[in-house]
Amino acid sequence: METILFLTHTEADGSLGRAALESLTAAKQLTEALGGSSLVAGLLGSQTEAAVGQLAGVGASRILAVTDEQLAQPRYATDAAAATAICQAAQATAVIAPATSRFNRVLPGVSHRLGGAVDTHVSQLGVSDGTIEVTRWFYRQRLRGRLKRAQRPWILLIDPGCYAAWSGEPGTGAAEAVSSPADLAAPRTQVTGIKAPAADAQTIRPDADLLFVTGAGWTKKQADGQTHVPDAEKLILNFLNATRASLGSSKSLVDLGGEGQAVLSFLTHLNQIGQTGATPRHPKGLATCCHGEEPHTVGWRFVNERRVINTDGTCGWARGKADVLYVADAFAVMKKVNELLAS
Amino acid sequence: MSSGYQIVVCGSIVPDPWQTLEPAVTPAGPALKNEMMLPAVLDPWAGHALFEAANLARQVAGSKVWLVALGPKAKLQQVMMTIGQKVPFELVALDGPAGGFTDASETATALAGAIQGISGLDSSRLLLFGGWESASRGAGVTLQLVGEQLGITDQFQGVDQLKVQPDGRLEILERIEGGRHQVSLCDAPPAVLGWATGHLPEPKNNPQVGMMNMRQVMPALQRAQAAALKGEGLTFAEVSLPSQVRETRIVKDLPADEIAREIVEWIKQ
Repeated sequence: METILFLTHTEADGSLGRAALESLTAAKQLTEALGGSSLVAGLLGSQTEAAVGQLAGVGASRILAVTDEQLAQPRYATDAAAATAICQAAQATAVIAPATSRFNRVLPGVSHRLGGAVDTHVSQLGVSDGTIEVTRWFYRQRLRGRLKRAQRPWILLIDPGCYAAWSGEPGTGAAEAVSSPADLAAPRTQVTGIKAPAADAQTIRPDADLLFVTGAGWTKKQADGQTHVPDAEKLILNFLNATRASLGSSKSLVDLGGEGQAVLSFLTHLNQIGQTGATPRHPKGLATCCHGEEPHTVGWRFVNERRVINTDGTCGWARGKADVLYVADAFAVMKKVNELLAS
Repeated sequence: MSSGYQIVVCGSIVPDPWQTLEPAVTPAGPALKNEMMLPAVLDPWAGHALFEAANLARQVAGSKVWLVALGPKAKLQQVMMTIGQKVPFELVALDGPAGGFTDASETATALAGAIQGISGLDSSRLLLFGGWESASRGAGVTLQLVGEQLGITDQFQGVDQLKVQPDGRLEILERIEGGRHQVSLCDAPPAVLGWATGHLPEPKNNPQVGMMNMRQVMPALQRAQAAALKGEGLTFAEVSLPSQVRETRIVKDLPADEIAREIVEWIKQ
């Protein structure tokens, strides 16, 4: 029998974000699968009232909250102190939390303070022989493992996109206030802001239905013996604007910048997918001018439907990894695609 | 800061990313098939951390870089021959398993012990660097656990930039959701920084640096303490390769207009 704590931070308006609602589904399903276990909810943030309302119908035996202005800033020292206090108040044996950047930063440290264990990037929770079993990936999404731990409390961070977001009738209620730990006072770090591209220049869209992957071929010499990087930029940006797709890139294309070659000006390492980049989750993926394992295997491990435009019909990485391989010139195809999308 | 930073980089080895990986069952738990035969490289994100550390040390007089690495001694030696040509550092080696199925908590305890054993370490000058995730376990937890054991509560993950301000404060950019960075100001060391890619290219080989590093790499490897990672309490039910072969439809000799029409229909579905 486990005491399962669904632990999350709130958004700036005090509500629960999508990743939190997804991990709530995971926590609720796990509680139901583990007969006799109880579900407790824990919130931390500068505002928590809206989240308490969202949790009204979830069936938690308790809702605990640390509400403090210092928690408006995602910051290790204050988040760790608050999360530890909630876990201790809940007497949790398992903690289910969303794998947001905020919690990925802090919950491993919390596991140490609690004398427990932690696993991140969990994609599935299950029950085997009456105990919790988790599935996660190893070696950058190349191998999949199912594991159990004897240590408790066991903190589990659920990757976004693995569970449906929980939805229930909002209600009213009150949380049990957990005293703000003394550690919240006078932190040595201040969050001073968020640095982001202008809204019309932002090419990373985690919620997009389509991931558009660009490879180094966009910057190589074309049939006329010349490179056409400005044309490539225009084609890609027009496509992104028309579809609101998220932009991914192969490592080789991003690295060209460091080697002094012509590059697509809007690409950064943040766009990189694969071994040393992201492995985003999107329903569809379209890869263009890519060749290699990075984009086709590791980078879109979690992309469901996959299509490729490539001049190399024998590309071993596209074959067997994509659903459709169009052997064609991406410049010509994407020009026509943009015309059709604009019409 | 007149006395400079003491930058400790935690980083180990991983199989070369170009290698095909297959799981194997051993008496000690899951492992990779022919793990000791696979060519190894320094973990990519740890490599970025090391290069950033060296760059910072070059900018701030009196700074020094240590590389604390836990891995099989023979493999560490092999990788140090390459990485030792890049930037100056002092190696602190631990002899033990570096595979992805080892327990992060046990690894962190071994690393924290090795760091505490570094002579003359001053926590008021300490910056603990590393990759924000490894390419093996890929958990992104080890640095936080080491930081906690060293009593460091200013921690940053997914770092792409560190700038020392004129007043000595540290401005740090961390990756957050949606391709954005969170900007923080930390008063002073000690701090933990788990690096993402950063902004520096891989340094070219420098024979002089290589000579200097090699003088102490071999003695450091000979001194390497054994780190017994037992994986207590951790049980793997299965480790498997995902089924990933798809029936790919190859479309050749179709005009660009037709391909475009098919793609647009698919996107709009």
